[in-house]
Amino acid sequence: MNQYIPHTEEDIRQMLDKIGMKSLDELYSDVPSDFLYQGEYDLPDAKSEEEIRRYFKEMASRTTPLVPFVGQGWYDHYTPSVIAAIASRSEFFTAYTPYQPEISQGTLRYIFEYQSMICELTGMEVSNASMYDGPTAAAEASRLAITSARKKDTMLISSTLLPQVKKVVKTYARYAGTVVVEIAEKDGQTSLEALREALAAHAVAGVIVPTTNKYGIIEDHSGFADAIHEAKALLIEYCDPSTLAVLKSPAENGADVAVGDGQSLGIPLSFGGPSLGFMACSKEHMRKLPGRIVGATVDKEGRRCFVLTLQAREQHIRRDKATSNICSNESLMALWVTIYLSIMGTEGLKEVNEKSFAGAHYLYDSLLATGKFTKLYDKPFLKEFAVRAAQGVDIPKLQKKLVDNGLFAAQPIGDGIVTFCVTEKRTRAEIDKLIQIIREEA
Amino acid sequence: MKYYDKLIFDLSKEGRKGYSLPDEHLFERRMSDEVPSSLLRTTKPRLPQVSEVDVVRHYTNLSQMNFGVDTGFYPLGSCTMKYNPKINEEVAAMPAFQNIHPLQPAESLQGIYAIYEDMEKMLAAITGMKYFTLNPCAGAHGELTGLMIMRSYHQSRGDFARTRVIVPDSAHGTNPASAAVCGLDVVVVKSNANGLVDVEDLKPLLGPDIAGIMMTNPNTLGLFEHEIKEIAALVHEAGGLLYYDGANMNPLMGVVRPGDMGFDIMHLNLHKTFSTPHGGGGPGSGPVGVAAFLKDCLPYPHVERADDKLTAEEGTAHSAGMISGHMGNFGIILRACAYILSLGKQHIGEVGRIATLNANYIKESLRDVFKLPIPSVCKHEFVFDGLINDGAREGKEGATTLDVAKRLLDFGFHAPTIYFPLLFHQALMIEPTETESKETLDAFIDVMHVIAAEAADDPDILHAAPRNTPIGRPDDTLAAKHPVINYRDLLAEA
Amino acid sequence: MSTVKEGYKYAETHEWVKVEGDIALIGISDYAQHELGDVVYVDFPEEGDEITKGEEFGAVESTKAASDLIAPVSGTVVAINGSLDDAPELINEDPYANWMIKVQLTDASELDDLMDADAYKAFCGE
Repeated sequence: MNQYIPHTEEDIRQMLDKIGMKSLDELYSDVPSDFLYQGEYDLPDAKSEEEIRRYFKEMASRTTPLVPFVGQGWYDHYTPSVIAAIASRSEFFTAYTPYQPEISQGTLRYIFEYQSMICELTGMEVSNASMYDGPTAAAEASRLAITSARKKDTMLISSTLLPQVKKVVKTYARYAGTVVVEIAEKDGQTSLEALREALAAHAVAGVIVPTTNKYGIIEDHSGFADAIHEAKALLIEYCDPSTLAVLKSPAENGADVAVGDGQSLGIPLSFGGPSLGFMACSKEHMRKLPGRIVGATVDKEGRRCFVLTLQAREQHIRRDKATSNICSNESLMALWVTIYLSIMGTEGLKEVNEKSFAGAHYLYDSLLATGKFTKLYDKPFLKEFAVRAAQGVDIPKLQKKLVDNGLFAAQPIGDGIVTFCVTEKRTRAEIDKLIQIIREEA
Repeated sequence: MKYYDKLIFDLSKEGRKGYSLPDEHLFERRMSDEVPSSLLRTTKPRLPQVSEVDVVRHYTNLSQMNFGVDTGFYPLGSCTMKYNPKINEEVAAMPAFQNIHPLQPAESLQGIYAIYEDMEKMLAAITGMKYFTLNPCAGAHGELTGLMIMRSYHQSRGDFARTRVIVPDSAHGTNPASAAVCGLDVVVVKSNANGLVDVEDLKPLLGPDIAGIMMTNPNTLGLFEHEIKEIAALVHEAGGLLYYDGANMNPLMGVVRPGDMGFDIMHLNLHKTFSTPHGGGGPGSGPVGVAAFLKDCLPYPHVERADDKLTAEEGTAHSAGMISGHMGNFGIILRACAYILSLGKQHIGEVGRIATLNANYIKESLRDVFKLPIPSVCKHEFVFDGLINDGAREGKEGATTLDVAKRLLDFGFHAPTIYFPLLFHQALMIEPTETESKETLDAFIDVMHVIAAEAADDPDILHAAPRNTPIGRPDDTLAAKHPVINYRDLLAEA
Repeated sequence: MSTVKEGYKYAETHEWVKVEGDIALIGISDYAQHELGDVVYVDFPEEGDEITKGEEFGAVESTKAASDLIAPVSGTVVAINGSLDDAPELINEDPYANWMIKVQLTDASELDDLMDADAYKAFCGE
């Protein structure tokens, strides 16, 4: 027997006796015999723990973690050690969805805290318990806008959104019969003029725009909410939650819905997953929100406690009329984010942004000074920025050289444009090394 | 478990902090000097201000109000709450896998891509499907992806009329919900008296507007759909595809392969069948497998091999599209991979057989006190329809399935799945999994007998349960009627 | 046992209609509220919306269930019962006194398709 199956031969015999069967195969007497797999499965030999370690060490040896100077939706921020220590408590990670509130108050409480913190960061009134990732959260927000609007079939999305966000939104839309129109950009940010034209030209249910965009530019959304609300559409802002301690919040921008990826809140890069998607909105749209929501109540003795609530929106009750098919949240990652925000607080998060800002601007100025890159847009940015490669700079060759030196930077996004990102984790020495390699090798 | 009433916000004190950041006073630049104030935040988020000790004690206290697989037995139907091996956690935490930006150049990711490739091959061997995508982040996400593949296939052949999908009345709620998100109309096929898909009811539903059928086999009653061969032939003849909901794959692990039953598309729940932790509701992972003819319809990125080099490729024109931010929940894929390696070809056949043995053992041991509407051999799970003697009498309401579930909590067990499937009024759905020993099952069986005796004697004992838990039954109605869903709301209430 | 009130017309989907002139009041029956359990929310159409007999015009939610409201007659919504927003439990307390919407009837003959109290009582007893 495999080590995770505790049955002895004697156990099996006694249990078969109890159910009146002679062999384990008799349990499959209701299965047509030609479906019963004959012979050996085409799998490797069973491995012991030490052999499993060896397999993964071998795979790790063929994988090179590089020092990231790239963001594009995944940001290498510092992870306090206390997070893994707490989140690896098996009472948290081996628990099921908190359907039995009497023995799930731990999970329910941290989700309530998570929802509260997302509301604080976004300025919105209601948050769900989290979703898969930022791009799918944006796709779900688009669905919310379409169902809220009734009889409107078009979503506008800014061309300055990250490519993976645009692609996932378009995938979901394609099957739902939703029309997606891209709003043009001007000087590196979503164009208000183009937005106004698109609103006039289509039956628009909602508009998705980024607060910090694929160039790293901090977008100015003045006038957006008014134009969008005038057209009776919803403003959905896609944001990097880490930046919301310092940048104007979606609520301050007049957004109806805020979505984004929680990875930047202390979750390791982990090759892109698991992360979490967050989604928050105004009270008006609360009952259209997909996913789980935790609410406060009392038990019979009046003790404060927490439960999954507003469940009539969800698939297990509403089936094909549910707000979404989503069942789970990314609960354990919500715990990561909750602990991260507890440890960092508003001041810590501000510091993270200030240090990232300072490092990114130092790198930006230094890169322009090398002459290997030229200015693209003259717009404010925070930790990520885009520049244009100067004539004669071979980007693939440069990236290769950087990889050889353990660095990942100068990510191309088309048209000779590359992006860089600096977080508070990057040291002066690392940044200077990057600059030196570029000066010498590009 | 003890009751602990704090929220992290309650511990906050102005000026306290729990973080430390490097202080390299090298860059003398400030946002407020360079970013226009119109782009900066004016209101301050009210996050807690707490120390590291506060955080550790608070969340440790919270954890002690939680039940997990490591605490005790979860007989939770359709959830496959098996043990989560610790080696899985160890490999997932290896720095080489945690500190990887997903967009790193391919040459630096060969090991990770090789794990994707190995996983695809192993899942294909286990299921009889040809290709897999590991990109979906959960079971429901896998379902949606599978349906997108189904639609892409029809559309790639110029067939745009197939906009309806057939779903059995006993299906998980996610099936119709995923269909709706995918823009498909749901047509329900009835179950017959034996709890299986009614083939006669199915026949008239098939036609040129049907994209396919979604089935789980064994179904949610734990019964094997033995007419699947005929169903597959009928659906294929009508031009539709067969989708396999892998939520109930565990009893077939190492015994029967969905691909051999005629299914074209399926998803697996790595957090069920493949032992990865549920995490209190995620992250999960829902890989989708397809038959060979559907390869072009897989979502992207997808790992491909060219000579000795692995790359993550964009899709072709018929691809279902990009369905998540990158390539799914890699951390979960690692854990499941470790699990399959521990089983190998020698032990894979034990999983389904022992899971099925455990389910039948509980079923036969408890049918003297619980109503068993469908008595035939079950697979991984089965459904009772309430107590035989619920204790109802003049002036006293009988004990319901909810009461039984709540009373179980007092005895240190998680509750079974209740009031699902909807076919029975007092449904109590039990799934033990193969990692539970005979001793654990016997203890559970004993407790269920005790509860049945209590109900017959005085159902009020059950009505009042649970008592040994940190809280009693919460007021769900109050929560839904007056939603208080963040800390500010809570303060405003007080 | 649930009560069935005389003077109301009933649909098989358990909505009731009470006619006052050319205005129809619509609510749900005692049987329906009993099946649902504690009502926590009513999803109303908007005033001015057209509703069509046999089609959904809203939903009523309890903690553990949700049920579509199916229009028993066609017409234009002229009023919604806003008091149910704050106190949805009124549906449980007295489902016949607490109407959900008022509708200006398009075709009064549609009322003939509905059941009277006796027929509905028999229907629920099935």
